[in-house]
Amino acid sequence: MNLVAAPLLVPLGTALLCTVAAAAPRLQRRISSGGAIALLVSALLLVAEVATADRLSLAAGGWPPPFGIELVADRLGASLVLIAALMLSVGLLWQQSDVHAAPDSPVLQPLLNGLVAGVCASFLAADLFNLYVWFEVALICSLGLLGLGGGLRQLDATLKYFALNLVGTLVLLSAIAMLYAVTGQLNFTALGQALPATATAVTTPLLGLLLLAFLIKSAAFPFFAWLPASYHTLPVPVLALFSALLSKVGICALLRTWSGLAVPPQPALIEMLAWIALLSMLIGVLGAAYHWDMRRILAFHSISQVGYMLLAMTLSTGRGLGAAIFFALHHSLVKASLFLAAGVVFRCTGHYDLRRIGGLYASRPVFSAGFLLLALSLVGIPPFSGFWGKYLIVRESLAQGESLYAFVALLVGALTFYSMLKIWLEAFWKPHPDQDWRPGEPARLGPAYVGLAGLVLIVLWLGFLPEGPLAYAMAAARTLQGGIP
Amino acid sequence: MIFAVGLALVAVLLAGAYLATSRDLLRCLIGLTLFGNGVNLLLYAAGRFLSTVPPVIKAAETQLGQAANPLPQALVLTAIVIGFALLAFSLVLAERLIQVKGSHDLLELRSAEPPAGADDRPVVEEAP
Repeated sequence: MNLVAAPLLVPLGTALLCTVAAAAPRLQRRISSGGAIALLVSALLLVAEVATADRLSLAAGGWPPPFGIELVADRLGASLVLIAALMLSVGLLWQQSDVHAAPDSPVLQPLLNGLVAGVCASFLAADLFNLYVWFEVALICSLGLLGLGGGLRQLDATLKYFALNLVGTLVLLSAIAMLYAVTGQLNFTALGQALPATATAVTTPLLGLLLLAFLIKSAAFPFFAWLPASYHTLPVPVLALFSALLSKVGICALLRTWSGLAVPPQPALIEMLAWIALLSMLIGVLGAAYHWDMRRILAFHSISQVGYMLLAMTLSTGRGLGAAIFFALHHSLVKASLFLAAGVVFRCTGHYDLRRIGGLYASRPVFSAGFLLLALSLVGIPPFSGFWGKYLIVRESLAQGESLYAFVALLVGALTFYSMLKIWLEAFWKPHPDQDWRPGEPARLGPAYVGLAGLVLIVLWLGFLPEGPLAYAMAAARTLQGGIP
Repeated sequence: MIFAVGLALVAVLLAGAYLATSRDLLRCLIGLTLFGNGVNLLLYAAGRFLSTVPPVIKAAETQLGQAANPLPQALVLTAIVIGFALLAFSLVLAERLIQVKGSHDLLELRSAEPPAGADDRPVVEEAP
């Protein structure tokens, strides 16, 4: 049986059933949990299958590509689908706790599943126009989730998110239209074969436009404004899902374009991407250093981490692409866990503002230790997972003689350390500014802790036993490049 | 034909871009939609205007002769539907925003990212 379509059919079916069961909230939650488990199982099977088969393909309606719409699961797509399934399960588990959960609305479950369906399908789409359609499915569902709170802040955030993402979408659509006009193809493989026959004076601007659209979607400098404008208005489980998946959709599409269409990459495009990557890293981390809201600090970190992935991609070798893939997987898990941990901090202290809280290490030492592990993983202190990604990037930069890249990567690492240290010192280490403050006992922290602990264990596994995941990422890069080492 | 469409395309895109940069919320959304329709026109034109014969294979034949390119038509239909859904959502969103905020002015919409406080430090809104 071909599993390639399962990661989009399962959540779409779940969303449909949840819509039908909108009047019965308990039944709806059960359907959604069942769907999340089914998605997790199919994602695991897909990853296992792809590990031996390299590349599974499904052509809709039996029309052979490039005529039929093709879905392809390779190692990159399958592993990102697994992360999406994992984050959906953790998010639904989190909804059982009272740690800043999303409001219980009849549209919540259908929207969550619709978002995951759109995101998973974008990871698997091997056809540019189909990719655009799934981007839109994810966009519409995320708009619904953003507006769910209904307050002025949420509505404002939804508008900013909508307008800036719509610009990205329109740029993407016009790039697709012009690439089709030039080559007559939409399938990634067919485009990759047709593009070298066209003059580079024509293809380079078109590929630049396509990359621009994906850069907007992945929140790179200077197109990141939608991300810090909207993320902090979301409830925590939805926020974790957004942070793990939305920018990765852009990164995944960028990786496919870079290794499949822009071959060999034009010097102008390399130059453009490298500067965007370096500036994203710097501006993102500086924005994080400025803010005092934990969620906004973490949101700005996402921009800087996207910069790392772009930098690794710019290096264009198999090792560089492998580093980008490893970094993307690591970042999805760590950043989502950090957002979840920020939710627990909020539930225990009542604020996201670092200036008004403190003393968590004294009252919750085990949770604090978990947060510290995640923070060190994000910064990249050896032997945690971020270290391996950054080590690969720095080594590959130096091997290519790009010492500026290596320098900026290390500098941004130090700045990331500073701003994570700020969260640690303010929220955990220093005594609470109000001396009469006593930690309240939250009613239902259990499910939240279980979800967070599971993610921390996976992050630790990535850090302490990196051989398997690294080999997987390198193999994923080889498949992306069509078998060229 | 292609030149007329090209001219119309430029006009629609420019008008859309002009309206999208407006400070008025509704004008901005209408501008974005207009720009989107310009891109739809581009998508349609990407298939060339070579023939007006419907792309249907006749009963006795196995191949499509000189006929219109059906693929861009399918693509543009999809894009129009998606664009319409987004327009409908954005208009409801704008209507609600104007109700809650009481203003059309985009520069006054700073609720999600409030400007720095009196001490030049970032403001952190009370938790939800």
